[in-house]
Order: sequence, then structure tokens, then C-alpha cells
Amino acid sequence: MTAAEKPSYRVIGTRPIRPDGVEKVTGKALFGADARPAGLVYGKVLRSPHAHARILSIDTRAAEAFPGVLAVATARDLPAASDEVQALGETAVNLKELSDNVLASDRVLYRGHAVAAVAAASVHVAEEAARRIRVEYEPLPVVLDVREAMLDDAPLLNERLLTRSMGKTISDRPSNVASKVQFVGGDVEKAFAEADAVVERHFTTKMVHQGYIEPQTATVQWNPDGEITVWATTQGAFACRGQLAEVLRRPASTIRVIPMEVGGGFGGKTPVYLEPVAAILSRKSGRPVMLTMSRSEVFEATGPTSGTSIHVKLAASGGRLTAAQLDLAYEAGAYPGSSVSAGAMTMLAPYDVENFKIDGYDVVVNKPKTAAYRAPGSPAAAFALEQAVDELARAIGADPLAFREASSSREGTRMVNGMPFPRIGHEECLRAAMESAHYRSPIEGPNRGRGVASGYWFNAGMQSSVTVAVNTDGTVNLVEGSSDLSGTRASLAMQLAESLGIEYSQVRVTVADTDSVGHNDVSGGSRTTFATGLAVHQAALDIQQQMRTRAAKLWGCAEDEVVYEAGSLRCTTDEAKTLTFAGMAAQSARTGGPINGRASLLARGAGGAFGTHIADVEVDPETGKVQVLRYTAVQDVGTAIHPAYVEGQIQGGAAQGIGWALNEEYYYDDDGRLANASFLDYRMPTALDLPAIDTVIVEVPNPGHPYGVRGAGEVPIVPPLAAIANAIADATGHRFSDLPISPRRIVETLHHLE
Amino acid sequence: MRRTQVQARLNGADVDFLCEPRQSLLEILRDELGLTGTKEGCSNGNCGACSVMLNGRLVNACCVLAVETDGADILTIEGVADGDQLHPLQQAFLEEAALQCGICTPGFIIAAKALLEREPDATEERIRYWLAGNLCRCTGYDKIVKAVQRAGVQMKGSAS
Ligand code: FES
Ligand code: FES
Repeated sequence: MTAAEKPSYRVIGTRPIRPDGVEKVTGKALFGADARPAGLVYGKVLRSPHAHARILSIDTRAAEAFPGVLAVATARDLPAASDEVQALGETAVNLKELSDNVLASDRVLYRGHAVAAVAAASVHVAEEAARRIRVEYEPLPVVLDVREAMLDDAPLLNERLLTRSMGKTISDRPSNVASKVQFVGGDVEKAFAEADAVVERHFTTKMVHQGYIEPQTATVQWNPDGEITVWATTQGAFACRGQLAEVLRRPASTIRVIPMEVGGGFGGKTPVYLEPVAAILSRKSGRPVMLTMSRSEVFEATGPTSGTSIHVKLAASGGRLTAAQLDLAYEAGAYPGSSVSAGAMTMLAPYDVENFKIDGYDVVVNKPKTAAYRAPGSPAAAFALEQAVDELARAIGADPLAFREASSSREGTRMVNGMPFPRIGHEECLRAAMESAHYRSPIEGPNRGRGVASGYWFNAGMQSSVTVAVNTDGTVNLVEGSSDLSGTRASLAMQLAESLGIEYSQVRVTVADTDSVGHNDVSGGSRTTFATGLAVHQAALDIQQQMRTRAAKLWGCAEDEVVYEAGSLRCTTDEAKTLTFAGMAAQSARTGGPINGRASLLARGAGGAFGTHIADVEVDPETGKVQVLRYTAVQDVGTAIHPAYVEGQIQGGAAQGIGWALNEEYYYDDDGRLANASFLDYRMPTALDLPAIDTVIVEVPNPGHPYGVRGAGEVPIVPPLAAIANAIADATGHRFSDLPISPRRIVETLHHLE
Repeated sequence: MRRTQVQARLNGADVDFLCEPRQSLLEILRDELGLTGTKEGCSNGNCGACSVMLNGRLVNACCVLAVETDGADILTIEGVADGDQLHPLQQAFLEEAALQCGICTPGFIIAAKALLEREPDATEERIRYWLAGNLCRCTGYDKIVKAVQRAGVQMKGSAS
């Protein structure tokens, strides 16, 4: 949109200091592991040393007898869970599998699978005692690779697992393929036959971890009356409560989840791991129990994102993309539920491709159950597609961005599921990238190259509830329930200030526990600023309406003669009658009592969004080191409520994507032992590894939100994998189709080429 | 296990505590002394979330045994602000939006303080090098580096 069309806002688009900022820079903010209820004791989980084994017996007697031990828990202490599925933001979980993942009952499916736990006065005592638990295993054959797991003679993780598709069982014999998705449109064969150019290539990516700096931790107090309090680090207090209620078979109302500050989640802090175990230990010991994972436990036992194997065949005709045949196999980990369907649905989203056939497979392997990781499913799909698109552009001699623009999706383009896109901004991103100083500058020098790539994420709506109390001094208290992972208190308070026409400084915002606010779905799917923002706006309208009713009474006029505008009420038939927001607030007691706004909603109209990234790299052919020289991330965010935090999200997502492209991977030995379960060996980018990441914010407002918000958090991790790979291809003349493009891989490949 | 008495200076005040030989300074700070501002991200020296100053040197508290700190002078994030006056680094982190989740922030502020007190003019390259021992997974570091540069300018201004 041009500057002239852009609505002018008072608060939106400014960069105020976040409400929780001072607490966080002074060390006062309380994160998960900072809970200190009176009488707190600590626990430790015993984990499987095998990647696949039957549990023959568990003998906890020596641990129970160990001095200082207060309680021991195994799966026998958990009630049997039902086989139902609960939506968890962008992923769904089967509760029986969730329960088995929390504490294995008869079988361990990955190394690090929890088997038992101990509570004691100190974590050291708990650890020593846990080592004294005797578990007898019968090791079973291990399958780790997604394509191997799909073979007919592969070892099975679950002898009852039959392949499902569209809600129906489609196989008659068990396999590791839990489900299949398919999207078909047009005539692929014909389009390939008539194409000007065809590219076909196979890509693989490894499991990678979200890498949040705060390990999983949970503190639970189970009182003798059955009341349970949980201090959690979670992306969704209500999802945490729901899972806990199901696993423990307790009514939801008996569980109060207090959301502590969350030290990073990126999708990984939606499933529960420790909470049910801490609850059992608390019930048995009568004390509040804290369980905290070590870093290696985080790597081995919490959900990373899928390793993938993706086959791509693309065709171009008349200077644009015309056909795509895609085959995606995603590792689900130990239990079904990878993000393959999201991968299959997002993969072609940037382009208007008439003919396509897409097959996706969700495959169980002996690795931890995967969890959501920022735009789950999309980055690996984009890694494959955007490299093939690049190759195709080269094959027909087109500029890679111009080729993308000629093939781009726009409003009305049908997605692979047949739904037409509403207003979207991919073309705007491509144009902004082409016009950027970065793209217009030359890239020169030996071993240097430039790559571009686009990416898409749906962005989510889902459920939010907020309340807003108006104080008699004209300030307001916003009570919401969306875990603040990245500054959303600020983006919500800003929308409230805008909608009420008051100052940002007059809003105080609290993320409340599950007893103190209505239901909120997880902070995930880039939904908080959009959907909880929508709830905040509706609560503001509710307050405006209540104030208009009161003003009409005060003034003796009709309600429709009172307008609320820019933080003031006025009577349209009598100019002398005006009241400011604070003036009306001061009169609450005299005009009917406290004024509270509320809104609970299921947000419709989430706005999917695109990003286009440009990467310049230099590859050292001797050492294989890739230096990212310059990086620009262009992204349509709809409207940036707090541009500094939007930039931060874009930079953070790009940084994770760069790490994924160049270094990060789960490195397994043949027995399924994760060989790099530490921050030293699982090497995430440091400040020294990255350049300053430039951001270009594109604003194509989402028609489904009063201020045009789309969401910002996930799109930026989608393009970097391919942008970096395309840059390396440009620099070296060789296309790397397997991630990570590590120094070793580069040296081996380039050496082999010579 | 037998516990040893340790006396030290912590954020400008005398403290004493009992600790087991196997307990780290991080554990004592957080679990015995209630100073939870120093964070735990890995407990093996790889993330810098537990950065504190020990006798004027930047260390990872998870890699220091508490018994080693007898007679030492320790500064944690809780001792960085001067009463209700934020340190220029704390102010700069707020103004530059240099934190998202905030779990890494105390460690970065302590580490950056150690650098700027010696080198307020540190270049971007130098800052990136110095801070490479601190992991942040949220920000991509750009805004952290900018905040440190901004604080450096301010600290120099107030020193002269
Ligand atoms: S907790 Fe000490 S370096 Fe990570
Ligand atoms: S702000 Fe989350 S790790 Fe740095």
C-alpha cells in the first residue's frame, strides 16, 4: 500500500518500552525454574539408554530405600489414558501416546524416553537414587531413517499402527507410516510433457531442535484435597492444564496453572513432559516438587522438528512455473504427528501452479516425538522447493526473483486444498526484495554467491479471552492469558490503548493463571498479536459501548447520539456535552458501578503471510566454512504493531534458519544414540557467526483484523534454509541438497568434484 | 554430605552460606540465596546464561564450585542497577528491544558490562567476539549488539 492509504495511528507503529522489560533486565522476572513454593523439593527422571526396547520389569526398591528419597514414580502411577486427540495449536496429540511419552509403560521408543522419577530434598540425592532403579529391558531393532522406516521389512514401533488418510484407514497391515496426505490438481503428466524446462532433485534435512535457552521445568503441588497447582513454563497454560487433566484423569477445575515467564518456546513448549511426573511425585511425597531437565535431556527427550526426505520435480513453461510433483516423508519421531501435512500445504503456497501432485507421509522412527518448531513443516519444504525453483530459473535464464514474481500467488489464487487466497502479499515482498539496496548491489569476488528464497506460513487464529478493568483514575488493567514469549504484552497493550484512545502508559497488562482469565489457546501459530489482539479490540469496543450507555443517561440523550472518539465521549446533538475517558471512569460508581470490558472469541480471518530473503555468502573451499556476508529479510506482517519487536522476530527467525542451513542437526549413531546432545556439539549460531540481519517490513493489511495484523513470528524461519543453499550453489557451482551444509560436507563434496 | 561454610561479598554485601562440595555457585545463588536472576541454560559452560562477575572476572557460575568462592567478591544481575537507577546497559536493552523471551538477558548484561568497563569503545566485531560465549536463540543478536554499542557511548559520556 502507498503511504497515502496507510491509516494513521497514535500508538500502533511506535516503539514503547515493553511492560515486562524492567523485570527482565534486572533479573526479577520469574521464569519456570524460579518458582519457590514453601517446602519445595526436587526430582530427577530416569531415562532409557535404549532407542527401542521392551520394558520387562522395573524395580524401584533400592531407590525408595535410599536416604533422603521422598517418592518414586513410574507409569504404574498414571491412570490409563484414552485414545482421544487434543488440538495443541498447530499440532494435535493423542492422549494415550502423550501419557506413554510422559512415562513409558511397556516399551521405550527412543533413547531418553522417561521411565521413572524420584523426588528428594536435593536434586543430587534424587539423581543418585534414580540410578539405583533397576530396569530390565529387552532391546528391539532400531529404525532411524524416514525412508528406511517406510520399507516393508522395517522394524515396527507399533504393531497396531495402520496408515490413515482423510480420517480413513487405508492399509491392512501395520507399518511405520501413520498417515498419508495427498493434494492433486490439473494434469501433471501433460504439463511435464509440454514444459520448456524440467528440474528434478531429491532433498533431505535432519532433525533439529528449537534450542530455547530455558530447559523444560515444572513445579507441581498436589494437596490432599485434590487441588493441584502448577508453576509452568508453557506456551499455553490452558493446553498444559488440559493435557494434565487428561493424563491424570482429574477435573480441569481442580488444576491451576500459573504461567511463569517462558525462556523461549518456538513451538516446543506446548506438549507436557514433566508436569504429570512432578504431580505424581507431589501427591506421593506431600511436597511441591520441581523437575528440571538438563540440556542433554532437552535434546534427547523433548520434541525437535522432523528430519525429512523430499522429492521435487518442477516444470516451467512461458517463463513461469507450470507443474510440480512433490513427495514428502517426515519423521514423526516415536509417535505419529509430524508436520508433514503443513509441509505439503505450504510448499507451493508462494506460487500459482496449475498442475500439481503432492504426496506426504507421516512416519514413526526411534527418535523423540517431534513437536512444533516455528512454522512447523514449512522450512524443510521450502528448502527443497526453493532450490528447485532457483535451478529452474537458471535453466530458462531468468532472474530468480523475476521468475518468482511471474509465478507468484496473489489474491484469488487457489491453494492446493482448493481454497482461494484472500488478500496476500507475496508479490509485494518480491518487489521489495528486488528494489532493496542489497539486491541492487553487485556481489563480487571469488567463492562468493547470492541466493534468494521465499516462504509462507498460514498464521493461526484460535481462541482468546481477555478482560479489561477500568480504574477510576482513568488507567486500565488488561488481564489476558497468552504466554508472552517475545513482547506480546506490549503489542496487546498498544492495541488496547489505540482502541480506547488512551495512552500506552495507562495500560497495565497481566498474563493471568488459568483460574483468573477465560480460556486461551497456546501462544503459537503467530496468533497472539492477531487473535488476542482481536479480543483486546473487542473488549475495548465493549467498554466504549458501556460508556456510551452511561453518558446517554447522564446527559439525558439517546444512546445513538453519543459517540466515542479518540478517547472521549461527546453528544452529537449538544456540543457542550463531552467527557474524557478518564472523566467517565471517575464517575463509574455514580453511573452504575465498575466498568469492565470483556471478550472471548474464536478468531477467524487469520492472515497468511510470505517472506523473501536475500543471502550473500563466501565459501572457503579449504575449510568448508561459510561466512554469511550480508542478509536481508523481507516480510509481509500485515501491520507492525511494535516494529522493533517485529524486526526482532524476523531477525531471530532468520538466525535460526541460518543455523539450520549451516550447522544444526541431530547426529545419531546406528544404535539411536544422539551424539551431540549439548550446546557445545549441537552448535547454534553465536553473535560471531551472524552478520547484522537487515529487515524490510512490508505491510499489506490483513482484512480480517481491525488494524491489519497478520502475525510475524514464524514466516522468517521458512526462507533461510533455501536462501543460504542457493547462495552456496551460486558461490561454488554445486547444489547441496542435504542439510546441514556443514564445513565437512562442503569440503568432502568440493574435494570429490575435483 | 558434609557442608562447608563460605563467606563472600555478594552485590556489595557480606553473605555466608553452607554448601556441599559438589554444589556449583549457580546452584547456591539460585537455590540457597534466592537470587534467581542468574539463569541456568545448560549447566556445563556452553550458554552463558549464568554469567556473573567473580573478583572482577567474567565467569559461568555453573562452572564454579561454591566452595571456591570463600572470600570472593561476586556480582550478579541483581547488583547491576544502582537502587532504582538502571545501569546504562539495562536501559539500552529496553530501548533497543534487545530481548524477546529475556532468559539470556541477565547473562548478556553481565558479560557486556565486563567488556564495556574495560573497552567502552568496543567495535561491533569486538562485541560480537566477546559475546560469543552467550547464546540467545530469540533475537539473532543484532539488537543486543546495538544495545551494547549504545550503552558504551553512554558509559563513556558519563565517565568523562
Ligand atoms: S548454565 Fe552456565 S553456561 Fe549455561
Ligand atoms: S531473548 Fe530469548 S534467548 Fe535471548
